[in-house]
Amino acid sequence: MNGGLSSLRSEAAGAMRTVLVSAESLQLTLKPELTQEEQALTQSGRKAKEAHTAGNEDLKEMLESNKESLKLEAMKRIVQLISKGKKSSDLFPAVVKNVASKNIELKKLVYVYLVRYAEEQQDLALLSISTFQRALKDPNQFIRASALRVLSSIRVPIIVPIMMLAIKEAASDLSPYVRKTSAHAIQKLYSLDADQKEHLIEVIEKLLKDKSTLVAGSVVMAFEEVCPDRIDLIHKNYRKLCNLLVDVEEWGQVVIINMLTRYARTQFTSPWKEDAVFDDNEKAFYDSDSEEKQGQKEAKPYIMDPDHRLLLRNTKPLLQSRNTAVVMAVAQLYWHLAPKHEVSIVTKSLVRLLRSHREVQYVVLENIATMSIQRKGMFEPYMKSFYVRSTDATHIKTLKLEILTNLANEANISTILREFQTYVKSQDKAFAAATIQAIGRCATNISEVTDTCLNGLVLLLSNRDETVVAESVVVIKKLLQTQPTQHSDIIKHMAKLFDNITVPMARASILWLMGEYCERVPKIAPDVLRKMAKSFTSEEDIVKLQTVNLAAKLYLTNSKQTKLLTQYILNLGKYDQNYDIRDRTRFIRQLIVPNEKSGTLNKYARRILLASKPAPVLESAFKGQLGQTPLPWTNEMDRDRFQLGTLSHSLNVKAAGYQELSDWPAVAPDPSVRNVEVIEPVREWAPSVGKAKQPKSDDKFYSDDEEKEEEGSGSGSEDSSSSSSGSSSSSEESGSESEEESSEESGKTSSDSGKSSSGSEASSSESEPEQKKKKRTKKATQRKSKQSAADSDSDENGSGPVGKTSSSSAESSSESDSEEDSDVDSPPPPSPPQKKTVAKTKPKVEVKTKKEVSLLDLDDFSPAPPSAPKSSVFSSSLLSDLEGLSLSNVSSAMQVTTPSFGPVKTYELLHHMTGKGFSAKYHFPRQPCLYQPSMVAVQVILTNSSDHSLEEIHIGDRSPASLNIHCFNTVERLEPGASVTVSMGIDFSDSTQAANFQLCTKEDQFSVSIQPAVGELLMPSTMTEPDFCNEQKKLMGMNETSASITMATANTSKQNISKQVLSVANVGVVSSGQNDLQRFAGRTVSSGALVLVTLELREASTALLTINTEKSVMASMLLRDLKQALSQS
Amino acid sequence: MIHSLFLVSNSGDIFLEKHWKSVISRSVCDYFFEAKEKAGDPENVAPVLQTPHHYLISIYRDKLFFVSVTQTEVPPLFVIEFLHRVADTFQDYFGECSESVIKDNTVTVYELLEEMLDNGFPLATESNVLKEMIRPPTILRSVVNTLTGGSNVGGTLPTGQLSNVPWRRVGVKYTNNEAYFDVIEEIDAILDKSGTTVFAEIQGVIEACVKLSGMPDLTLSFMNPRLLDDVSFHPCVRFKRWESERVLSFIPPDGNFRLLSYHVSSQNLVAIPVYVKQNISFLETGSCGRLDITIGPKQTMGKMVESLMVTIPMPKSVLNVNLIATQGTYTFDLSTKVLLWDIGKLNPQKLPNLRGSLSVQPGAPKPEENPSINIDLKIQQLAISGLKVSRLDMYGEKYKPFKGVKYVTKAGKFQVRT
Repeated sequence: MNGGLSSLRSEAAGAMRTVLVSAESLQLTLKPELTQEEQALTQSGRKAKEAHTAGNEDLKEMLESNKESLKLEAMKRIVQLISKGKKSSDLFPAVVKNVASKNIELKKLVYVYLVRYAEEQQDLALLSISTFQRALKDPNQFIRASALRVLSSIRVPIIVPIMMLAIKEAASDLSPYVRKTSAHAIQKLYSLDADQKEHLIEVIEKLLKDKSTLVAGSVVMAFEEVCPDRIDLIHKNYRKLCNLLVDVEEWGQVVIINMLTRYARTQFTSPWKEDAVFDDNEKAFYDSDSEEKQGQKEAKPYIMDPDHRLLLRNTKPLLQSRNTAVVMAVAQLYWHLAPKHEVSIVTKSLVRLLRSHREVQYVVLENIATMSIQRKGMFEPYMKSFYVRSTDATHIKTLKLEILTNLANEANISTILREFQTYVKSQDKAFAAATIQAIGRCATNISEVTDTCLNGLVLLLSNRDETVVAESVVVIKKLLQTQPTQHSDIIKHMAKLFDNITVPMARASILWLMGEYCERVPKIAPDVLRKMAKSFTSEEDIVKLQTVNLAAKLYLTNSKQTKLLTQYILNLGKYDQNYDIRDRTRFIRQLIVPNEKSGTLNKYARRILLASKPAPVLESAFKGQLGQTPLPWTNEMDRDRFQLGTLSHSLNVKAAGYQELSDWPAVAPDPSVRNVEVIEPVREWAPSVGKAKQPKSDDKFYSDDEEKEEEGSGSGSEDSSSSSSGSSSSSEESGSESEEESSEESGKTSSDSGKSSSGSEASSSESEPEQKKKKRTKKATQRKSKQSAADSDSDENGSGPVGKTSSSSAESSSESDSEEDSDVDSPPPPSPPQKKTVAKTKPKVEVKTKKEVSLLDLDDFSPAPPSAPKSSVFSSSLLSDLEGLSLSNVSSAMQVTTPSFGPVKTYELLHHMTGKGFSAKYHFPRQPCLYQPSMVAVQVILTNSSDHSLEEIHIGDRSPASLNIHCFNTVERLEPGASVTVSMGIDFSDSTQAANFQLCTKEDQFSVSIQPAVGELLMPSTMTEPDFCNEQKKLMGMNETSASITMATANTSKQNISKQVLSVANVGVVSSGQNDLQRFAGRTVSSGALVLVTLELREASTALLTINTEKSVMASMLLRDLKQALSQS
Repeated sequence: MIHSLFLVSNSGDIFLEKHWKSVISRSVCDYFFEAKEKAGDPENVAPVLQTPHHYLISIYRDKLFFVSVTQTEVPPLFVIEFLHRVADTFQDYFGECSESVIKDNTVTVYELLEEMLDNGFPLATESNVLKEMIRPPTILRSVVNTLTGGSNVGGTLPTGQLSNVPWRRVGVKYTNNEAYFDVIEEIDAILDKSGTTVFAEIQGVIEACVKLSGMPDLTLSFMNPRLLDDVSFHPCVRFKRWESERVLSFIPPDGNFRLLSYHVSSQNLVAIPVYVKQNISFLETGSCGRLDITIGPKQTMGKMVESLMVTIPMPKSVLNVNLIATQGTYTFDLSTKVLLWDIGKLNPQKLPNLRGSLSVQPGAPKPEENPSINIDLKIQQLAISGLKVSRLDMYGEKYKPFKGVKYVTKAGKFQVRT
């Protein structure tokens, strides 16, 4: 019966192997053969838990049977129980008996069980120990290894001495695999009994000397876990680890690289010193040993320790690893150890990782975000890789946005802002809000675009989404605070929108602005207060507080109109339910309303309430400080205090077991500690098949006679190793760049923006927040004192920042005018807001109508009327929503399809032969010029192909002298082989006369000239077909030039024609209903004269080309160019 | 390093747990569930989480969460990369990586996890080594095993771990010796609404399937290796040879593997194979919108565009769509609001068009942004970057292998903004 039963059972169990076995179902299947005991159990209808034990009873029986297959089956079911976290510890005695089984799978499953439950059943677990002890002596290395593995995994304190012994023995095993296992066992024993540390360190020391690639990773892991502070153990093994690194398995590589990063930071001096001279020295250094003495003699100039170089060189190939963790590890090593100019070699690899899984992207982006704050230049060429896709996860979007904002500079800001326009419209509202903050940050960091950004944000106020509006208001508030003088119309505008904004934070922000700048909007502010008085009781607390504030400030400045209102509001506040508000009301009343008790304080009320406030700094969340972005890690300290790529960096919290990266030592510790007597060749590398790395040098290095030499003198080995490998890497080291280049650069840009922001507080340097802060507070106090001096003066001058009195008075005089006109008088800021140019430019009919539409939008809060699905019209109205964000004053520039993305022609500015190795090229990016609307933007690429670095590249004399050029900022230093792109603006005054100027370096001056093609002097302009015709009619007769041309056959398609035309001239396509007629419109950059191009296709590939413009010279030149372009294929 | 691993299904059910050190209660996952709840979309769960005593590092793949627990500092990418390697291994062993398949093969999964990590440190992650120790389940073997009580665990010992080519088994034997290489390129692009390329780049991989006996030493060279800007290799590739000669020299693993992934240098202009004419609009009043999409070939190098598929995640306020497709079929998922238009082959003579109306929830505001259009396509026999394999040589073995190279171009993250 027994046999039959068991076979039946095994069948039943086999059928169910693939199913989740619950105890009940098990009984159901077995029902026909239930034992009496089981029957009793089921009949009494016990609960599931007991049924479960019954199932285990069953398993116990199976385990005790003689059949291997039954036992195996039982073990499999037990493992399933373990995997589900169900308890099966009661089976321990039955299971542990099988530990010596011959069946490998059964044995392995028993091991799984044993490791899981040994801790709970310590006494029973001891039964198995002898089996393992026997196996440790097995001739087969794998059996030895697995015995040690399991033995060390059994967390039973009693066996610590046995484990210790086993580990020691295994550490000197012949098989590297067993030694590897012993390295793992070290960590296990250490976590079980930390008292064994000293003994374990001995073993680690021994294993560190191991030359097998198999062991290296594991032993370093053990080192990191047991004694990460015993850096002295590494010295002798440093070079070996560096050399083995490429052949270690990938996980070991990560651990070793991280450890070596830490090691190097304690042993080598900083390669980041400013006065580094290591161009030629270094190469020579590897060539002969005489150099070493020289290096010791000249203590001052920095010479990289050859061991330091060895590490950098040997980790570099690992950037090509498929394992993302390895790539990241190398990247952080370069970031923390390499000279500044070498760090950028990791960029490409990091960007590559962005193609990987979502989680990898997340971590890599976090690290890039930290890096990009300090080193913009590293990632700028890859800016487009950080463009956001709508399918990205939210946290990835936010990180990409962060990086884009970090990368923004004068040259690329227009591209970035255009990209931001798309994001603002995102369906993901949290992301849209983050984008608005990013725009705010760009606006403060890059003063050229502050106004444009501000206008764009104002347009966003008419957005339908509340979060977007609220966020815009808050950001505008911050921006206005930095430049309060010129923006009374924006404040007015916000006041108008006030009724429609419901988000409390936004309402409060507007009220605050009203109060703060109430003198600039003397008519509106009291009215807002009147409205607030009406709705006071139904407002949110934060709004109420600001209402009280506004009332107080108005009372002080305009008590005639607002006295009663203020009193009313203070009365309401007095009986408010919220005690904060009651408090505030009481305080304000005492402060502002004069009575006998209040005494002196009353006199200073004005100075207390209307003191000028320091503007907030909009900063990267990765820099910490300000918690304004909705990222989880805000309000915390700087992230860059952590080693990159670590868990601590990712969480921005010091994780348990995090090892600080020490600062570079001022004086390098004795390098001779790393000298090793003998380095034996590691035969396991398999010279024929392994990765062929440094084949030649290895041979030489390890050859026998060399070895003898090394035995004699320790330093000899070092030299030969470095000299042999030095030659292979000479190319990468030949650059003699200054390490501080980029930091200088970033410093420069920030200081520049500070300069150009005309005394306002817009400059926010990212590199030295603390210092800035100090400065700012100093400034603020200064201002305060000035203000108190000016207190007795008129209202207008009192609160404006220093030096702005003229403009503010101009504005105050214009305030009585209608809103539209108010701006005309004000002095032109670097890039004036749109409205002004509308008023200025001459032929403006179509632009103006467009403008009016968007103004209407703002006023009525009703978006453009539903448009018929005629694509062009529709898209243009959509675009107009945000066109304020665009950088152009000609609003249409952004609507043109190709301008900046088409293939650009590059022209030679300075050939490297004439420039003694210094060369320059230029092209027209076809973007509206940032500096002045009448300028043409030119991007110049400066390349240094000479063998020495160039300093102070700038623009010198120009001719004609009247030539108006916005020069690029002086390039402090250009390293050999490096190139830099700078942008400048040139006012050609609508003539193709060349702009001649001198390009100067510190030593030399080169006369160069930029000769614009006539087509580059234009800006695209968008108009509808009827408008085009109207304008064309006005420009007949003398203003019309036409010619008939023969077109190349390839050019006859509509698409090709426009492509050709656009390649010649920077004009916009006018959508046309007629098939044989193509129209293009543009305006000259300087004077804004219209240029209309019409191309009428006739039969047999001839066409009539007509150009209408006031500028007849330009017309004929343009005609010539177009003719040429269209007739050639 | 890695302390424990929990496999969590999409619905939040922990269906497998494995501990490499002492046992950590599964209640630690509650922090993870909390984060998951907050994130809404499983894609949005932050991969690295902090709890009072532990750190949770998780990946989301194939509708499964792999949640690992660590207690000390560890490079997050180390864990993430490992978890993906685990998922890859499951995929490799069972053909897919899903809850049901893992539940069916719990024992094999457990054996695998046991071998892959020792004390939380990766031990054997190379699939060739693993397959030597634990045989992948096949139907035949599972039948045989149930009848005879045989096992999945290999009788041999993992010698591969010791060799200097750990990725290759010794004693491989095939009757037909074949080596196939698939050059697969993906175009990542963002086009703006006018069809202008905002961003485009080409990413490529070479997937190899090598079934060769013995220890072959292969050399693969390209006609135009300069095209490859940034590369990452399978560990088998000899880096020095690539550096000096720009050829791929390697002893291949046995079976399928990814030899190389590369990025085509950004100097080269990227050919965009299709253009999209689209007009999606929502009317201000009345609850409807219109949609009109046409796709045509642009730069296809004379090859046929196949498996063309358009995915549009509609705004949440769209209730339903009523469209007519001139070619292919479309589906609209009412819960996820994803419009999927499966076109198939692109016929240059008769361009596929999808047009019709969208019904929007009445009263809902007009969507602020039009949805972006994601395009999927495939072009056989073409590597869009122009990369060409010039020759494949074999050394070390005597037989003549059969060699084949295939080129495919696909759309990667190809997005059209509207």
